[in-house]
Amino acid sequence: MSKIIKIKKGLNIPILGEAEKILNTTPRSAKYSVCPPDFHGLTPKMIVKEGDKVKAGSPLFFDKYNEKIIFTSPVSGVFSDLVRGEKRRIMKLVIQADDDNEFLNFGSANPETLSREQVINKLLQSGLWPAIRQRPYSVIANPDDSPKAIFVSAFNSAPLGADMDFIVNGQENEFQTGLNALRKLTDGKVHLSVHVDSNLSSAFLNAKGVELHRFSGPHPSGNVGIQIHHIDPVDKGDVVWYVGVQHLIAIGRLFEKGIYDASKIIALAGSEVLNPRYYRVISGACISEIIDTNLRIEEGVNRRIISGDVLTGTHVGENDYLRFYDDLVSVIPEGDKPEIFSWIMPNFDKFSLSRSFPAFMMPWKKFRHNTNIRSGERPFVVTGVYEKVLPMDIMPMQLIKSIMISDIDMMEKLGIYEVAPEDFALCEYVCPSKIEIQQHIREGLDVIRSEFS
Amino acid sequence: MKALINLVEKVKPNFEKGGRFEKLHRSFEAFETFLYVKGDVTRSGSHIRDAIDMKRTMVHVIIALIPPLLFGIWNVGFQHYRATGEEVAFMDQVLFGLIHVLPIIIVSYASGLAIEFIFASARDHEVNEGFLVSGMLIPLVIPVTTPLWMVAVATIFAVIIGKEVFGGTGMNILNPALLARAFLFFAYPSYLSGEVWIETTLQEGQQLVDGFSGATALAVMAAGEGAMPSDFNMFFGFIPGSIGETSTFAILLGAIVLIATGIGSFRIMASVFLGGLAMGLILNLFAVNDFMAMPAYRHLIMGGFAFGAVYMATDPVSASQTGVGKYIYGVLIGVITVLIRVVNPAYPEGMMLAILFMNVFAPLIDHYVVESRVKKRMKRMQKIRLQTQA
Repeated sequence: MSKIIKIKKGLNIPILGEAEKILNTTPRSAKYSVCPPDFHGLTPKMIVKEGDKVKAGSPLFFDKYNEKIIFTSPVSGVFSDLVRGEKRRIMKLVIQADDDNEFLNFGSANPETLSREQVINKLLQSGLWPAIRQRPYSVIANPDDSPKAIFVSAFNSAPLGADMDFIVNGQENEFQTGLNALRKLTDGKVHLSVHVDSNLSSAFLNAKGVELHRFSGPHPSGNVGIQIHHIDPVDKGDVVWYVGVQHLIAIGRLFEKGIYDASKIIALAGSEVLNPRYYRVISGACISEIIDTNLRIEEGVNRRIISGDVLTGTHVGENDYLRFYDDLVSVIPEGDKPEIFSWIMPNFDKFSLSRSFPAFMMPWKKFRHNTNIRSGERPFVVTGVYEKVLPMDIMPMQLIKSIMISDIDMMEKLGIYEVAPEDFALCEYVCPSKIEIQQHIREGLDVIRSEFS
Repeated sequence: MKALINLVEKVKPNFEKGGRFEKLHRSFEAFETFLYVKGDVTRSGSHIRDAIDMKRTMVHVIIALIPPLLFGIWNVGFQHYRATGEEVAFMDQVLFGLIHVLPIIIVSYASGLAIEFIFASARDHEVNEGFLVSGMLIPLVIPVTTPLWMVAVATIFAVIIGKEVFGGTGMNILNPALLARAFLFFAYPSYLSGEVWIETTLQEGQQLVDGFSGATALAVMAAGEGAMPSDFNMFFGFIPGSIGETSTFAILLGAIVLIATGIGSFRIMASVFLGGLAMGLILNLFAVNDFMAMPAYRHLIMGGFAFGAVYMATDPVSASQTGVGKYIYGVLIGVITVLIRVVNPAYPEGMMLAILFMNVFAPLIDHYVVESRVKKRMKRMQKIRLQTQA
């Protein structure tokens, strides 16, 4: 057994509303959606027109700059609505779903008997290719690259994150088939990472053809970027790929059944959810149908619904849709009420990494976090805070400063190729100056990417 | 409480765009956020944020400044009546101190905040909280006899030249409070050395006791004559000196607050003390005069050493920003302070100059620390590359 990789820096934010391990099913939504902004840097080119009938797996649009990468419909029905945002940017494709799912058949096959080309083509055709992302840049992988390794993180460490060992239960075979397909994609290794404290599923423990890594320690240990950094870091010129567990299961189903089955299990969690639970849904489902009446109604409290976790997720409304990469919907209260002299009050109900709030004396307590930002943005003043929550051999403050001044040389030296916005989410959370760090990291990655492509 | 918020909301439109007092928009905002944390929510990035902010950070430094401030107020009265030889009650000593210290604090805050507000309006950014601390530090590092107009001039100089010309809080190279003191020291030397540490303006019927000397311990050592106060008096602060610097004990109480809340850098504080002690011991080895032979620990309880180490050197903006850099920065401050004190008695207060000097060098220290981290990173990457290829 491999040795344990100990993550010491980081933070598990104590937040109320963790999902109970009970699996519910939701009725089929009337509408489903694919949202091109889920895929950073993508310029979509439409294939279908409004009113076209589609099956699950039918192409909807493709990437303007890489025509091989197509995006397909998660359900069968009628493509009814194209929602555009500012500058006519395509925000959403809405599909009016049929009562029953009709699948486009891609043909089942054992990935081990296929060539690398064939595996890639099947993934591209089915629309599951976008599930495979790459570092650097944290964008959809380029099928023409050959990655030096592929990473799968088999645990979630983010606040309220869905439990992967629970989710994979009963889908062990599909998971292994997915892994077999991944092995075809690289000459290097496939790395699978688990957390020592979790209730390890046999799907992970007995996974074949992979290198198993055990991690311990707080968030962001479950972020694949942190795992890559500790197992086989990305240097300039390197490419590694990574896939989420649920997408891997979908890939397994593609090879076993020959269909794009976009169903997944998500957690509905957060302090404003009445009964936080797990739900089986189809990717792109309408949020309101998942939530149904499962919300805590309190007078004068507005709620924020987030597709994803509270650190990195997307702010969605009730009539919005579950996003492509997310297996969590979090609901937390908005913090839109002023609080008198709150900057000096003891504030027993607030959490802070700093010991200037009494929270550090109550390590057992979980908090009802709201979305109040508490201050306007300030320049960097306090030092040594980010370093406490970033378990990487990277100097966070210096990297962010080099991004702010677009010093590409310095960004490279400080390790920009290894990072993604999500890895810096905790830095943004703890920042006393309320600097939008994830956005800065994204800008830095964009600058580097445009410079070298 | 609700009524208060409603009232603010009611007058708010006057200060917004198109309102009557549009120009005072930033000032209004400063008072508004002082009254309450606004109901502003996150718009991008992380949806939840740590409860800490700049105000909370700065307010904890002010809390940490309370022990030396209170002690300083009393000590001003105590030193005065010691000079006149009068026996008065504790409360009279405090009252005397209050009468002389409060105006300095008010002038420091009023002049500094006025500049901050003007710059915030002109540049249209929020009023930064940094001056809340500087405004309290300035009165504590000057003698009580400093004329009020001088306090105002020094504060204005420090805020404009020390901070605003660089872009405001967070961008400054030098510690603004120390810059104010340095300005006074070099512009009005006669007001910052000699018999200035004790308020000895005499009322009718008062007179100084025979053989009275108001010299600080540092001045005594530098001159090589006069009576040194006992270690006990120096540690607890029953000695003449700048308002807030005399009591090492009170300063250590403040240090506990800073370290416990994690707001002051323990690395810097500890390394300043260690650096000072080490340099003191080295000088002991080569002692050729009394000052060099003085027990090294005394440096730590004399003059502004403790105050500088705890409140000034730890200013995160002007200090070194890297972990290792903080140790280097701290140790050098300690070393240089003792060196200036002993080797160059023309400037008995070495602490101020040492910190300002190291403020200037902090970016250089950081530069080399970053370079060495980058080199280490590259080596690590190369090693892993070789391993995975093998």
